[in-house]
Amino acid sequence: MLFLKKMNLNNLTLKQAKEGLKNKDFSSVELTKACLERIKATEPKLNAFVTVTEKDALEQAKIADKALSDAVELPLLGIPLAVKDNFSTKGIKTTASSKVLESYIPPFDSTVIKKIKEAGCVILGKTNMDAWAHGSSTETSDFGASKNPWNTKHLPGGSSGGSAASVAADQTIAAIGSETAGSIRQPASWCGVVGLKPTYGRVSRYGVIAMGSSLDSPGPITKTTEDSAIILEVLAGKDEMDATTSPKPVLKYSQKLKKDIKELKIGISNEYFIEGLDKEVEKNVKEAIKKLEKAGGKIENIKLFDPKYAIDVYTIIQRSEVSSNLARYDGIRYGNGRGAFADEAKRRIMFGTYALSSGYYDQYYNKAQQVRTVIINDFEKAFGKVDVIIAPTSPSLALPVGATKDAAMFGEIADVLVEPSSIAGLAGINIPVGFSNSGLPIGMQIIGPQFSEELVLSVAFEYEKITQTEQWRKLKPNL
Amino acid sequence: MKIDVSHIAKLANLPLSLEEKTKFEKQLEETIKYVEELGDVETKGIEPTSQVTGLENVTRKDLAGPSLTQDESLSNTKSAHNGMFKVNAIFEENES
Repeated sequence: MLFLKKMNLNNLTLKQAKEGLKNKDFSSVELTKACLERIKATEPKLNAFVTVTEKDALEQAKIADKALSDAVELPLLGIPLAVKDNFSTKGIKTTASSKVLESYIPPFDSTVIKKIKEAGCVILGKTNMDAWAHGSSTETSDFGASKNPWNTKHLPGGSSGGSAASVAADQTIAAIGSETAGSIRQPASWCGVVGLKPTYGRVSRYGVIAMGSSLDSPGPITKTTEDSAIILEVLAGKDEMDATTSPKPVLKYSQKLKKDIKELKIGISNEYFIEGLDKEVEKNVKEAIKKLEKAGGKIENIKLFDPKYAIDVYTIIQRSEVSSNLARYDGIRYGNGRGAFADEAKRRIMFGTYALSSGYYDQYYNKAQQVRTVIINDFEKAFGKVDVIIAPTSPSLALPVGATKDAAMFGEIADVLVEPSSIAGLAGINIPVGFSNSGLPIGMQIIGPQFSEELVLSVAFEYEKITQTEQWRKLKPNL
Repeated sequence: MKIDVSHIAKLANLPLSLEEKTKFEKQLEETIKYVEELGDVETKGIEPTSQVTGLENVTRKDLAGPSLTQDESLSNTKSAHNGMFKVNAIFEENES
């Protein structure tokens, strides 16, 4: 493995980095330094981070190296990770990219942070996002938009845009994001990386700055499917601090990736190849589906409930939950006062307050919760016929910087293809399938029933395997 | 649909400038108009879903354990007084 020393260590996948550390090809300090140097070199162009914790990271790397030399085995020992800035980190500023929390230093760790720390990881810093995770672009961040590493005139998507950009640019080995409806899968699609949105309740929300509490799902953003499985094993599980976490056992996802997909029934729905879908996205995703068919998958055309209604359901439910969750920011115990909210948060709080206010509850909130049932039943019916559903992740390629300005519904329209599965709390993953002629990544999502992480990861893994030698996989952003 | 932005802002405890009120009024009305297509979906007799986990009556043991110290709890506030949060008065003093 001597060649590894010659290449940039920050380019490694999580699995490669783990092997290299175990074989003593390099140390965690060397690996961490490589990431920090890449961050320094590329941040002026990308703005993927709100806070870089260089000193802490090097401290953690030293501790990890000591443990490695004592032959301690932990799933993320010595591995540098970037974490979205809505995960509470004890002693490290946690802003959710909002001025309201610009100097807030949590006195506790979120469960996700506690788990990755216990797994031995090195935290490089906190990544930029849409403020309060409200958006699909990072343009609503109070600290400036992040840029897409493949073309810095374009956006990385969001809300976990900093995490996705950071992974795509090899600033980190992997990252943690969170998805309410699209916030992992969509930026992963726009940045050409793997983004897993676990089933709602698979990963604890404790200590995550709350947005839509019936929807929020933390998950990994990685360079490969296998890396995603390794991190999910660490994150998943029942948590006493979050009553919505499931007691279902956590599987050894990374050991269960190799599965025969012969006879696997793949559902394709015309409703997800919507009008206005980018032609290159459509072509690439359809070709990708054909490759899975050639590998033995059985393609079935199914009819799904029109995803356009999911936009309405999501808009009402999410904003209602936002108006309640953001009521706690009063500037008394921590953070700045309510005048410090920027436009997008104000709009969402106002709409949610309106939808929940006396006289309108039945018309909006209750109606949306009923249609939520319709969407859940529709997926249940579909999964009676097929094992997974495959569709484009985003209807467009990464949009240019400035695309979201004063577009009150921008995020929802960009997320039309990921919102239905989020509303139903399903598992889904974005995997890259190629590039547009303009050099922007194209992603495809694989959606499965609740708690089918093992299955969606296996299908994603199979796709990676059968397309391993394709030329586009060798591309790296030119930064 | 005309909405009373000042009333909503008061309910939401958001200080808004006149300019913001005009802007948000228009944007809120647009959003409301957008979601009204939901009326097309037949929902007669359909139960609303408020959670997707199927878990109910989840409890944990009611045990006392270590929690944040007073100093930790106060570490982010701008207005502490004698080890407590200082807040604006809620009741006015009765003059009579």
